[in-house]
Amino acid sequence: MTGQRFAELHLDHVRRAFGDTVALQGMDLTIKGGEFVALLGPSGCGKSTALNCLAGLLPLTGGRITLDGKRIDDLPPEKRGFGMVFQNYALFPHMSVRRNIGFGLSMRKTAKAELNRRVDEAVRLVQLEEHQHKFPAQLSGGQQQRVAIARAIVLEPPLVLMDEPLSNLDAALRLEMRTEIRRLHQSLGLTTVYVTHDQEEALALADRLVVLRLGEVQQVGSPEEVYAHPVNRYVAGFMGYRNMIPVSVSAQDDDQATVRTEDGIELVGVKREELSDKAVAAVRPEDFTVVSEAGDNTLEATVEIVEYHGREQAVEARLKNGEQLHVRTNSRLAPGDTIRLKVPTERVLVFT
Amino acid sequence: MTAVTDRASLKHRLAEKGVDRVLWLLVPGAVFVVLLFVYPFLYGLQLSFQPKGGGSPFQNYVTFFQDEYLAETVWITLRLGLPAALFNVLASIPIAFRMRGRFRGKRALTTLLVVPITLGTVLTAEGLLAFFGPTGWFNRIWMALGADEPAKLTHNYWGVLFSLIITGFPFAFLLTLSYLSGIDPTLEQAAATLGASRRQRFRTITMPLLAPGLAVTFCLSFVLAFSVFPSAVMVGNPAGETHVMSIAAYETALRDNDFAMGSAIAMLMALVMLIVIGVVLVWRTTLYRGATGGKG
Repeated sequence: MTGQRFAELHLDHVRRAFGDTVALQGMDLTIKGGEFVALLGPSGCGKSTALNCLAGLLPLTGGRITLDGKRIDDLPPEKRGFGMVFQNYALFPHMSVRRNIGFGLSMRKTAKAELNRRVDEAVRLVQLEEHQHKFPAQLSGGQQQRVAIARAIVLEPPLVLMDEPLSNLDAALRLEMRTEIRRLHQSLGLTTVYVTHDQEEALALADRLVVLRLGEVQQVGSPEEVYAHPVNRYVAGFMGYRNMIPVSVSAQDDDQATVRTEDGIELVGVKREELSDKAVAAVRPEDFTVVSEAGDNTLEATVEIVEYHGREQAVEARLKNGEQLHVRTNSRLAPGDTIRLKVPTERVLVFT
Repeated sequence: MTAVTDRASLKHRLAEKGVDRVLWLLVPGAVFVVLLFVYPFLYGLQLSFQPKGGGSPFQNYVTFFQDEYLAETVWITLRLGLPAALFNVLASIPIAFRMRGRFRGKRALTTLLVVPITLGTVLTAEGLLAFFGPTGWFNRIWMALGADEPAKLTHNYWGVLFSLIITGFPFAFLLTLSYLSGIDPTLEQAAATLGASRRQRFRTITMPLLAPGLAVTFCLSFVLAFSVFPSAVMVGNPAGETHVMSIAAYETALRDNDFAMGSAIAMLMALVMLIVIGVVLVWRTTLYRGATGGKG
């Protein structure tokens, strides 16, 4: 089973407002056939709005969507033929698993033999053979999730839309289903747009990430790009740069910036944006190393809280000026310790 | 040292089964039900088996079906109650369908649709007499449009039917609206993304999930319409066309002073209602009656 591939889905300045609130302001995005794209952002960033606009469940307030040059944003959802997996699964409670999965096919008046063959195949694909005659209420969350996915992909849609499909599952099941979704994508090659607020999920699943904030696209790129080279402090914060140390800029060239913390410590970091005097130095908790002596790019802090996380410890420490730091380290520390934290130049990102 | 028993205290064990002091809250309700419903019902039932003129205990029932004027009331009442209930349920579906979601003026519109409940049958009947009467607005317009004679819409079957629709619709509408609002709207969205047209979505998703609720709504609307009395007198023709069962029971008991026969008619009235409700509820058991939310 392979999807009807398209070459390019193009969102051209797609805009959606609810009254005076703009949920999505002029989104431009090109999705290539076979790609797995994740829309990532906190709640209210417009990611679900974007997905509903793609599905046709929400009309656009402006812009256009074209599929291989053909305009589709004026089509109702039933004419677009995109599969959608809803956050609450939206399984039809009065239909058995098989009838849920076969619903789309029967709406298309597929011949009975063909319908049964394809439903069988989909049921096998999501491993629900034993449960195919049950009703949704008799299934666990993970099984319901599988039905929802099977129902969407049995039609081999050109595009599969997933709206936070794992958010209602517990942690262990979420990891399992995440792998499952990746496996299905790899074996079927269905173009997928996946909405999530969980950056780990997005990084693990997607070929390309779109980071959204307040209805605006912040960055589009491969997981590596977005993870290692966030374009602004907002994306950095979302990608795990939990420490945003306020600094003043003392020197900058094309690639690097020399900055000074409020404690008067000099840091050299990667310049990610054009800087004025005030800036923030973004550092991931795991990029600090606890060292014994003062040196370049080394901060001094006092340990306040230590959480044991198995292989490492999560430490909250405080700089002299009161700024809080998040650190992950293998060194055994205790509250009250004074520590020196070294961070390599390439792991300090300086943003305005 | 006293032996430790492995059984919890009696009080604790009763509480596990739901027997605790909160049960006392049921007492006032239970007393009222017994005094005002169970006892009068049983009293009426035994009274109906004691015919005024003596004879077989079933004499009243035999008389009812032998007397054509009385037997006919069953049909007359059904002919009013069934169409009125059916119309109210069917008419409330599209309106409720349009009115689930949120929109401006929803409260005002709901109020407008529900106001007839507060008016009471008497006011409605008077309004109908004035509006549909031979010199009312309706007929003035009707005549102005070129009709030869005024349409006869009061003091007959139609007047009572209109009255039942006006007073019964708000109930049917409110019930249907609440059943419809209980259906997760993402179910229809999901059906749409799966290629179902508006009509297919209504037929395969909304209707099957709404049907059990409509069955209950129909039963309540029917009971309401079947016990029609004031409007059958005021805007109907209580001696003929709209000689409904409640009028027959009232006249027999209070005008002819035959309480036993009146009770028998009232019992038959209850029986007819129970038969109709029974049929509808048996049909309902063949439907899906579970949760109507998206998670099943």
